[in-house]
Amino acid sequence: MAYVRSVPRAWRERQNKYRLIGGTCKDCGKTFYPYRGICPVCGSSNVEAKKLPETGTIETFSVVRTPPTEFTGQAPYVVALVRLDDGTLVPAQITDVEPEEVQVGMRVEAVFRRYREQGEKGIIEYGIKFRPVVNLESK
Amino acid sequence: MGKAYIVGIGATKIDEHWEKGIRDLMTEASLRAIQDAGISKKEIQGIFVGNMSSGYLQGQEHLGSLLATWLGLPGVAANKVEAACASGGAAVHAAYLAVKSGLYDCVLAVGVEKLTDAPTSDATSALIMAEDQEYVAFAGFSFVALNALVYREYMRRFGVRQEDIALFAVHDHKYAANNPLAQYNKPLSLEDVLKSPLVADPIRLLESAPLGDGSAALVICSEEKARRLNKDVFVELAGSALATDILSLHDRPDLTTLSATVKARSMAFKQAGIDVNDIDILEVHDAFTVLGVIHLEDLGFAKKGEGWKLLKEGQLEKDGKIPTNTMGGLKARGHPVGATGVYQIYDLVTQLRGDAGANQVPDPEIGLAQNVGGVGGTVAINVVRRVR
Repeated sequence: MAYVRSVPRAWRERQNKYRLIGGTCKDCGKTFYPYRGICPVCGSSNVEAKKLPETGTIETFSVVRTPPTEFTGQAPYVVALVRLDDGTLVPAQITDVEPEEVQVGMRVEAVFRRYREQGEKGIIEYGIKFRPVVNLESK
Repeated sequence: MGKAYIVGIGATKIDEHWEKGIRDLMTEASLRAIQDAGISKKEIQGIFVGNMSSGYLQGQEHLGSLLATWLGLPGVAANKVEAACASGGAAVHAAYLAVKSGLYDCVLAVGVEKLTDAPTSDATSALIMAEDQEYVAFAGFSFVALNALVYREYMRRFGVRQEDIALFAVHDHKYAANNPLAQYNKPLSLEDVLKSPLVADPIRLLESAPLGDGSAALVICSEEKARRLNKDVFVELAGSALATDILSLHDRPDLTTLSATVKARSMAFKQAGIDVNDIDILEVHDAFTVLGVIHLEDLGFAKKGEGWKLLKEGQLEKDGKIPTNTMGGLKARGHPVGATGVYQIYDLVTQLRGDAGANQVPDPEIGLAQNVGGVGGTVAINVVRRVR
C-alpha cells in the first residue's frame, strides 16, 4: 500500500512540477518553490509566478537506503536541496550519478524523469530531477 | 483564568504490541490514568486523542468516539488531534485550553500510535506524510532523509563531529535501562552507534528513534477539582504553547534552527512566569541525535553550534546542570509518534513526584517538554510545576 492513487492530484500540479514554476514575493524578495499566491515567509499576496533557472548547486543531501513503499526497489538513491542560480531552494532527487560521488557544492542541471508509480493500476508520476553538469571543456 | 492540574498519569510499555490493537492500547493507558487520579471515569467531560497515522496504518479514524466507546463513556466530548509527531503535545495543549477556559473541569489527554501493524516501508510512507506530499514525499524523501539534510548542514556550518552528536543515543539508552516502560533496556556504546547501518546518510540506525507502539494518558483537572483529591504532590500544567513554522525545509531561511521551538518557548515561559534558568528537568524531542542537540540550542540552554558540549560535559545527566531525557528519550524510551508528547509529560510528572527510582533527579520543581511535529513544522511546549 502506498498513498491513495489519484490522476487529478498529479495533473493539477503539472505546471509547477514539469516547468519548475516558483514564486517571487514583490514585498520581501523571497523566491520559493512551488508557486503559490501567498509568500510563505512574510504573508504578502504581492507574489508573481516565475520560471526558475534549471541549473544550481547541491546545498545538502542524503542517500535514502530504507525508502517509502512507493520507492521500493529504487534505493539507494540521492535526495537533495538544490540552490538554483537565482537563490531558490528546491527539493529533488539527484540522478545519473553514483551516490558516493555526490558532494555539497556540486553543480547540477534539471532533467525530466520518472519519480514514482501509483501501484500496479495507477499512473506513473514524473517531475524534475537534477544531474551533475557535464563540463565539456574538461573532456 | 483558573489553573490546570495533572492529577493522573497512565501509560503502556512502549513495545511491538502484536497482541494489542490501537483501541486496546489507548483504553489501557486511559484507565491507568483515571485510576492514578483516583476519580470516577464518569467525571471525565472531554477526551483529546493525539495520533498521527491511524487512518493510514490501521484504516481507522474517529479515534475520539472509538475511545469513548471502549471506555464505556458514550456521550462525552471526544476528538482526535493531529499535528504529525507533535500530536501528543497538541492533545495536551487542547486539554489545557479546555480546562483553562473553564468550560470543562476534568478531561483526558491521550496519545496513541501503533507503527508495527504495517511493514517498515509503509510506516516510512506514513511518516513522510508530515511533509508536503506533492513536492517532498513525491521526490522520494523519507522522514529520516529530511533530518539527514539538517544533520549534514549542521556539521558543515558549525564544524561539529558526528561522534559528538551521536552521544545523544548513548545518553538515552543509559536512562532507559531503568525505565520499565521503555522500549529498550540495553545500554549502547558510542562505537555501537557509529558502526550501525546507514539509514539515510549521515544518519545511522542507532541514531534514530525506533518504530514502536504505545499509549500514554493524563487526567487534567481544574484547580478546584484537583484540590478535592487526596494527593501528596500536585502537578500544575503551568504553561502550554503551540507554534508552527513553514512546513517545508526548503522554504525556510535557516535549516539549523527550528523557529517554532523559539516561538513556543517564549509563549510557554510567559504563561508559566519562568525563564530558562528556572527549568530543573527537560524532555527534548530527539527523534534523531542531531535534533536533540539543536533543540538544546533553540530552547536557550546552549549557543548555536554548541549544544553537543552539554552532552559531552555530562550536563544532561540526572545530577547535571539540566537533566534531560532522564527516562530514555525518544531513542530508547521510544517514539510511538502521536503518543510521544504525552509520554514526555508522563516522565516529567514521574520525576516531580519523586517516583523515578534509579533515574530520580534531586528534587525537581519545574519541567519542560518539547514535542516536535515534522522537522519543526509544529512544536508543542508544555511546562509542569510541582505544587505541594
